[in-house]
Amino acid sequence: MTTTYAVLSEGLEKRYGDVHALRGLDLAVAEGAVCGVLGPNGAGKTTAVRILTTLTAPDGGSARVAGHDVVREAGAVRAAIGVTGQSASVDDELSGRQNLRLFGRLLGFRGEAVRRHADALLERFELTEAADRPARTYSGGMRRRLDLAAGLLTRPQVLFLDEPSTGLDPHSRNQIWAAVRELAGRGTTVLLTTQYLEEADQLADDIVLIDRGRAAQRGSPAELKARIGSYAEVVVAHASALVPAAAVLDRLTGAEPVLDHERRTVGAVATDTTLTLPRIVRELDAAGVPLIDASLRPPTLDEVFLRLTDRGDGRTSPPLKEATA
Amino acid sequence: MTQAREATAARTVTSTPLADGCAVLGRHLQRIKAAPGVLILTQTMPITMLLFFGYVFGSALAMPGQEYRAFLVPGLLAATAANGIMTGMFQSAQDCHRGVMDRFRTLPMSRTAVPLGQTAADLLTTAIGMVPLILVGLAVGWRIEGGPSAALGGFGLLLLFRFATSWLGCWLGLLIRNEEAAGQLGSATFILPLLSSAYIPTDNLPGLLRTVAEWNPISAMAAATRDLFGNAAPSADAAWPAAHPVAGTLAWSAALLVVFVPLAVRRHARGGE
Repeated sequence: MTTTYAVLSEGLEKRYGDVHALRGLDLAVAEGAVCGVLGPNGAGKTTAVRILTTLTAPDGGSARVAGHDVVREAGAVRAAIGVTGQSASVDDELSGRQNLRLFGRLLGFRGEAVRRHADALLERFELTEAADRPARTYSGGMRRRLDLAAGLLTRPQVLFLDEPSTGLDPHSRNQIWAAVRELAGRGTTVLLTTQYLEEADQLADDIVLIDRGRAAQRGSPAELKARIGSYAEVVVAHASALVPAAAVLDRLTGAEPVLDHERRTVGAVATDTTLTLPRIVRELDAAGVPLIDASLRPPTLDEVFLRLTDRGDGRTSPPLKEATA
Repeated sequence: MTQAREATAARTVTSTPLADGCAVLGRHLQRIKAAPGVLILTQTMPITMLLFFGYVFGSALAMPGQEYRAFLVPGLLAATAANGIMTGMFQSAQDCHRGVMDRFRTLPMSRTAVPLGQTAADLLTTAIGMVPLILVGLAVGWRIEGGPSAALGGFGLLLLFRFATSWLGCWLGLLIRNEEAAGQLGSATFILPLLSSAYIPTDNLPGLLRTVAEWNPISAMAAATRDLFGNAAPSADAAWPAAHPVAGTLAWSAALLVVFVPLAVRRHARGGE
């Protein structure tokens, strides 16, 4: 079986002064796949995107995008990609229409083709009404849609989305998600970075969890979720009930419960996907625990990292560094 | 998708520095059209200085055989030409800061086009922007006293010098990459014409200061403008570029272009690191 990779990086290294942003990042995104690169601020996501989009040269390692080396064949890479996100922006002072026409011209479209193409994209991203207003007057969501439209002026083989929905309202986020799904459905390879587990879960075929500049885990959303599990947390009426509650959770989840005396809560990671909230409540009630509140929810990104990276013990690992991500 | 397909078919793969540069030039002109206030403010500055220096200092400055305001107008034109450093620096630092530069750098376009389009747009706006200063200059008593071809040469030289300084500015902005820092450094450049013969004759300056002022390219530019407009002959005992101001300005401009065109293009191609 031969798989063609639209994005393939091996041992990418990048330093910014004292900050070691990437420490041997390996990525492999199959043609036509949507790959979610998940990680907290400073994990190296943006640095990785900057290298793959030819904006920054790596200090070590190599990467190929659409079959071309990002350093030696940067021109060919640029002709094959679309970029949206923090790295590449639009001109605030120009209108949406002027921006798209400008980038269209720079991509080699001429005359009537530029105008038609820009108008079609404005229409598609619901920007026709605001098309002639300066981009600086756009809301966050409109702005992001314009960014995305600019990344889609050509039909890119590989589309890079750097944190496409950070800071967006749910409606705008859904629009961006819909556009990404549509593109992926037509066979465009997408590499998106995100801080949200939910976003990666919604959009990606494969997730790469990156931590301090290297891939810590990879797999499909279902595989990762099975590995991560959910988080059970209960609130008890008085502090003396904490220990009996912890004993029950320990038995149900097999994971070591975390007690918070201040908030009178006990929490535990549950990897058993058959465990349900009613069962937790029944068992606690049967054990005579005075229960006030209980929840079983997907873990937050912090909890994911606690579970799936080597910073589990929290002592040997340094705190997250705020790199130039 | 049919639209995108159609459009992709309509794409010509003839991305040349000239075509891309024209697109970038168009972008800068659209920006000015969208917010003309900045340009107007930039043009008001030398006029304010002409009226302020001309009437406030001019009354205290005794210049044998010459009206100070007639001396000042060519100096202000020279200072305006040198101002390409400030505008060039601010523009490219702002584009880096706001991420537009990175968008350009992800496109399969010529690496020369962005600085070229920027400096060409600057040249065009300067050519138009000098008109109000010239009109106010004429109103306060300055005249073009030489022949028309020399005067034309004077304007050409001013624009050449502006083009050269805006490439220097463009390179500086690509180094700084920060809008506020470029703005601050830009306002510090007002000191450059003060250390030249733009506003005052340099003959009476003390030793070292006089040498610095005479070697300042703005002095050559100011002396060349006065020479070509027939306002004043260059002083023969000054340093070479000031004593031979036309050749001196040509040499300074050529040197700036030879050094900073390749530096700016390379800096843009490589990005921030």
